[in-house]
Amino acid sequence: MSRFKALRVRAAQGRQYIPDLRAATPAGHRGRPVISSAACAEGCAACVEVCPTRAVALGPVAIDLGRCVFCNLCAEACPPKKIDFTPATQMAATSRDALLVREGDTQALRARAHETFAKLFGRSLKLRQVSAGGCNACELELNAAANVNFDMGRFGIDWVASPRHADALVLTGPLTKTMRDAVRLAWDAMPEPRFLVAVGACTISGGLHEGPANDRRFLDDVGPTLYVPGCPPHPLTFVNAVLDLLGAP
Amino acid sequence: MSGSVLQARVDLSHATVADPQAFRADLVAKLRGGERLVTLFGRRAGDDALVTAVTQRADGALAVSRAAVNVAHGYHELTTDFPALHCFERELHEQTGLRIAGHPWLKPLRFEGGDQAAMNAYPWYQVTGKEVHEVAVGPIHAGVIEPGSFRFMCHGEQVLHLEIHLGYQHRGVEKRLLGKPPRALLPLVETIAGDTTIGHSWASAAALETLAGVDVGEGAERLRAVMLELERVGMHLAGLSGLAMDIGHLQGASTYGRLRTTAINTSLRLCGSRFGRGAVRPGGARVDASPERWAELKKNVALLQRDLAGINELFTSARTVRHRLAGVGVLSTEQARALGVVGHAARASGVPSDTRRQAGGLWNALPIEPVTCAGGDCLARAQVRIAELDASLAWLARRADETPPRMEAPRPLGPLAPRQLVVSIVEGWRGEVVHALETGEDGALIHYKVQDPSLRNWLGLAVAVRGNEISDFPICNKSFDLSYCGNDL
Repeated sequence: MSRFKALRVRAAQGRQYIPDLRAATPAGHRGRPVISSAACAEGCAACVEVCPTRAVALGPVAIDLGRCVFCNLCAEACPPKKIDFTPATQMAATSRDALLVREGDTQALRARAHETFAKLFGRSLKLRQVSAGGCNACELELNAAANVNFDMGRFGIDWVASPRHADALVLTGPLTKTMRDAVRLAWDAMPEPRFLVAVGACTISGGLHEGPANDRRFLDDVGPTLYVPGCPPHPLTFVNAVLDLLGAP
Repeated sequence: MSGSVLQARVDLSHATVADPQAFRADLVAKLRGGERLVTLFGRRAGDDALVTAVTQRADGALAVSRAAVNVAHGYHELTTDFPALHCFERELHEQTGLRIAGHPWLKPLRFEGGDQAAMNAYPWYQVTGKEVHEVAVGPIHAGVIEPGSFRFMCHGEQVLHLEIHLGYQHRGVEKRLLGKPPRALLPLVETIAGDTTIGHSWASAAALETLAGVDVGEGAERLRAVMLELERVGMHLAGLSGLAMDIGHLQGASTYGRLRTTAINTSLRLCGSRFGRGAVRPGGARVDASPERWAELKKNVALLQRDLAGINELFTSARTVRHRLAGVGVLSTEQARALGVVGHAARASGVPSDTRRQAGGLWNALPIEPVTCAGGDCLARAQVRIAELDASLAWLARRADETPPRMEAPRPLGPLAPRQLVVSIVEGWRGEVVHALETGEDGALIHYKVQDPSLRNWLGLAVAVRGNEISDFPICNKSFDLSYCGNDL
């Protein structure tokens, strides 16, 4: 009988994978912000004041996605409603400076494709994830990137258990002091060529957890190749960031 | 003020601060009399530690007692008689320097202020004997999960004892919470344990609202409760998916996994975040309860109920599943009570711990079916989660059939009342989330204590794996499904 139960579950499962990850946009998601060029109210700094992570700057208004936690407080505080968090998930960069969204910017923020990476890892990329103070939101979303819906395995991108088998180290969390040695050991155990991916506001800037309990020297020493913003980043943000780096169409 | 959150409020201008002996005797009498310790914490005040204990009677009523204890003089430990106090006394010692005389195991809970060198220097428990060997695991594990160290003392494949070593996730959350204006706390609170965003943010917001004398109204409470139950559904599905994966039941892993996507995408549609970020606001809720969203809630809950029925039947009746989970990682009712285990882990060991039943408010008006199971093993913990999924989805289906709550702008929080202590308890998906906030003379926050249910449950896991095979550890760990950062803060 159990065979029939299994078949019923299989029938209900249907087709779960998202056919075109590049075009998918989760309606209602607070993703990449757009800042209009509408004039600010005289002397107003409401967006800067409400930001929990000092991600917003004035003159012109700009949001640092490396710090932003997508809480929407700036958008709600702005009298002329200049800021809008759109459902767009695609936003990543290969340099820290490029994570800035300025007033009037309409172009999607995309990681620049890198020929060497495409050649080396375009058909197979193995990732080792290490959480160094991550709150389990980034970790759950990274796991989801490999689930039946997002299924990054279809591109040859997989999580692996050992750093020895990995091409990239994917870091989450603000890099707590108590994880300093473990992160370094994991990196040292990885064969070259290898690269570093910084996922989420905590890793990129300290985010909500910037403070004396962290030791971020590893990040400064090695320097991430790919920055994936979010708190946490949507699985689509992560998968598309990696695909962009690999020069996928 | 927050009618649906279990709370205790003490006006410190009129409260007595007991001397250590009286405090201790009172606490012992309460615990002997069958009361349950909810929390015990302290803050440094000069040469003293101001220690606060919150206990709960069987009828759910909370009692708060307080003592000023000289840190050098200290008091005599209670852990030997009441093992549930071990983590609280260890934390008191770690956070305030309070001497706790005779304590059997003052190991730091999270090595606050330390680095990995200090953690590596810790002398682990040792079991000696000719064929005894140790297995060290962590802090980095073989999956995409948080870090923590486990040291198994084994005889062959059998685990004699497991020592759990945490603190790798310590971010200094409690200190950071004090540095922010009370109205700006929630984004940080939402990431104390990112998988329990609603549990923590509701507990925090309810405490702030009580301090500010703001009633958020029935509509906001209902929206918060809907988000809380969606969080429970999403995380129970994530846990079952992981458990199925760990025992090689692939249909369970993929089906529970994709149903989790439906659950958290429902949260996304309601509040813009798959994790419920931004849903709870000080003074209200920011949840889209438009007729269109409510219709989606109804449709998604119906889909979850329909498809869960099939996979639950397949999963729980599969011989491989029962064989792998039954009798593994048993935590008896007595052990669960003695260790003060909470949440679904306690309910799976026959302890009917569920603070929703005692909170009143909307949980009285719109009750949720309580679940317990007596087995105490990995199978029981899976069964309890499956039964809780059914109960929460049935509750959500009833809410989805009703007219959606009226959406209101959050009510502004004025200044917080001075010299008050408020303890808020919300039944998150892992168990009770406790936030205790104290204000000083000018109404500013002077102490913020956070307690994730994981704090109490980690030792439950260590005890449950004793006598099991070392290869049973991953499924025991997954069945408890505890938070590392919730412990480490």
